[in-house]
Amino acid sequence: MKYAEEFRDPKAAKALLAKIAEITDEIGATAEKPVYIMEICGGHTHAIFRYGLDKLTPGGVEFIHGPGCPVCVLPMARVDECVEIAERPEVIFTTFGDAMRVPGQKKSLLQAKADGADIRMVYSPLDALELARRNPDREVVFFGLGFETTTPSTALSIQQAAREDLTNFSVFCNHITVPPPIKALLDDPHMMLDGFVGPGHVSMVIGTHPYDFIAEDYGKPIVVAGFEPLDLLQSVLMVLEQIRDGRAEVENQYARVVPEHGNPVSLAAIEDVYEMRPSFEWRGLGEIDKSGLRIRDKYSAFDAEEKFGIGYAAGERSVEEPEGCACGQVMTGRLKPTGCPQFGKGCTPEMPLGALMVSSEGACAAYYQYGGARSSEVASEPAE
Amino acid sequence: MCLGIPGQIIEITDEARLMALADVSGVRREVNIAPVLTGEIHDLIGAWVLIHVGFAMALIDEDEAAATLEALKGLGEAQETLEAMAEGAKALEARA
Amino acid sequence: MALRGDKVTLAHGGGGRAMRDLIEEVFTSVFEPESMEDQARLMSGALTEPGARLALTTDSFVVDPVEFPGGDIGKIAICGTVNDLAVGGATPLWLSAAFIIEEGTEIALLKRIVATMKVEAEKAGVKIVTGDTKVVGRGSADKVFVTTTGVGVIPPGRDLRAEAVQPGDVAIVNGVLGDHGAAILAARGDMALSTDIQSDCAGLGHLMAAVAAACPGLRCARDATRGGLASALNEIAESADVAVEIEETALPLRTEVKGMCEILGLDPLYLANEGTLVLFVPEEEAEAALAAMRSVPEGQGAVVIGRAKPKGQGPLVTMRTLFGGARIVDMLVGEQLPRIC
Repeated sequence: MKYAEEFRDPKAAKALLAKIAEITDEIGATAEKPVYIMEICGGHTHAIFRYGLDKLTPGGVEFIHGPGCPVCVLPMARVDECVEIAERPEVIFTTFGDAMRVPGQKKSLLQAKADGADIRMVYSPLDALELARRNPDREVVFFGLGFETTTPSTALSIQQAAREDLTNFSVFCNHITVPPPIKALLDDPHMMLDGFVGPGHVSMVIGTHPYDFIAEDYGKPIVVAGFEPLDLLQSVLMVLEQIRDGRAEVENQYARVVPEHGNPVSLAAIEDVYEMRPSFEWRGLGEIDKSGLRIRDKYSAFDAEEKFGIGYAAGERSVEEPEGCACGQVMTGRLKPTGCPQFGKGCTPEMPLGALMVSSEGACAAYYQYGGARSSEVASEPAE
Repeated sequence: MCLGIPGQIIEITDEARLMALADVSGVRREVNIAPVLTGEIHDLIGAWVLIHVGFAMALIDEDEAAATLEALKGLGEAQETLEAMAEGAKALEARA
Repeated sequence: MALRGDKVTLAHGGGGRAMRDLIEEVFTSVFEPESMEDQARLMSGALTEPGARLALTTDSFVVDPVEFPGGDIGKIAICGTVNDLAVGGATPLWLSAAFIIEEGTEIALLKRIVATMKVEAEKAGVKIVTGDTKVVGRGSADKVFVTTTGVGVIPPGRDLRAEAVQPGDVAIVNGVLGDHGAAILAARGDMALSTDIQSDCAGLGHLMAAVAAACPGLRCARDATRGGLASALNEIAESADVAVEIEETALPLRTEVKGMCEILGLDPLYLANEGTLVLFVPEEEAEAALAAMRSVPEGQGAVVIGRAKPKGQGPLVTMRTLFGGARIVDMLVGEQLPRIC
């Protein structure tokens, strides 16, 4: 595949790993006193485990898996609200596959489907639009989930629905933004992060400037990275070089996809359709100010919260997270997945307690599936 | 987050709705091209784009990709030279 | 005598003339069983050899859609059961076929399915000797469900078991992975993807016969159906009490299957196959096994993908990634869902 396979070349990986080892030594980072680099994006977490990068990088570099997995940070109350909407007889509830297994208080969407709710997995909100066109007597609701990468797709879909006057289409909006939780993490006095690998696909929408505060106000390096293994290794190297040189800058490793100022069409669509909520609840992080989006009043006909009187439209509501679930601590980097007492015991991919075990991007699921948890048992050496 | 993959626009399928057919390794899917439409719509045929949930979200910048690859290739070659030198030194030691 | 109407009705399951007409026109006129008794009476010379054993297997088939690029439910129903016999070392001989048909199913569809079954059975050298039909109300089944039961004979001295796999044994697959799963995903249409991928659905009896003849030390074989290669390897490793390591770079994958997996965030190791098997042979017989496999059409793409190793404390199945990292290849949890994250 063009623009993907070239960035998986083992020879270049070996060279990058050698460089990374060299600079880690120069900095004086060791397994006992490592450099902590947070990959914000769950896609990066997934790639790190899929290619075994965590085991190829030296002990002096430690990855902290960030909150950039929209499924993992979705609070249980929102899942319950999805189920509530989906179980209405007139509703066809459409969702990305990722959200199907996330546990709610009583059930997940997968269980609700088994109980008879009309829930359909789609690849795109465009497919939900098409369902609405074909089923004029049904209410088609799309579960709008995701960060800035995905937000334009639902914004453009709502605009399209408005143009077509497709009144049986609505979006249950759970879109969230990347910078506020990063700021929340940096404000946490326990945080020990030395640098960031920035989310490439979020950045193709918003550009690189929204991260300026990380470098300017907090003095931490951040490198916006692509998703192929060489992209990630090069970005880690760039972060380490900044640390070695005492620099704190926003750098862009993924320039082939990420323009400095993002994508104007997408940004305009977001601005037209959405506005900031005063605050939004994140699983494990609590309510964060100005971190989630809602649909503007002029598009309220397409807002499932308004249409069904649910969620934030129904006023305050709070649901306790399940007992013994340490997703919050894991997500803030305070606990390794294996440090959670429920890991692999009360919480497995078959019977997840928390969202981090559900999503393939969740740090816990990645540890469990790809062997981070059992990494010491997997012998590994760089390929010749 | 946000699975995105490179694909090539091969056909404009619905000009009014800004839809086009994209090809990803022989798999084809209709995608919305609004985010990457900067000029004449048919100019997009043949363009490489980054696709996410059925939308072409960014045009892939060929020059930037080449520059990144060039830098990576340089690193790889430097590494090979280093290794060859190390091998040579080892061979010499063994002989001595 | 001729069937009235073009769709199956509940009358076709009622036990009367309509049922008899359906069975005759759609099923027995094609399968041509030797007698119309409710039982098949079987005889084969292979059975009389001292030490020969009977093998019996059964499988129910449901697939949505029932017709897809590269096959239909009838083809899977024959190949799946033939393969279950073959990978156990048996020569497949006889099959039964039972159909649960949803009211309203087009008779033409049933005829197409039955025709495919006839063709595949002939290819595999098996006879469909008995069968049954039931009709259920609309919504109680999805068009048609098929159950096939297969009987075969294992020749004296052949004993293929996963437990026999030993450290050092070589793992071989007969061709590309994941075609069936990818073809079905595309054919379902939910994701609006179009491809030229065809299901790999194929009978593997001749392939197994060729390998068994060429490799007296053949340990075991397993068809990598639901749960894909990853599940087959985990099952074998668990039974044999060994670890298995496969090489990412050795895995045969079609470009389109890779593309589909990239788009939907799926792992090809877990995609279903209907004509792909993995087998283990002692290292010294690996070349002979590859040559034998490549001598039949279903084994053209045969390739070594890894080997068994002594079991340690760690995971049963691991994969060496592109540049030497290692990753666990676990059993599939539930169903693989397409993802955007």
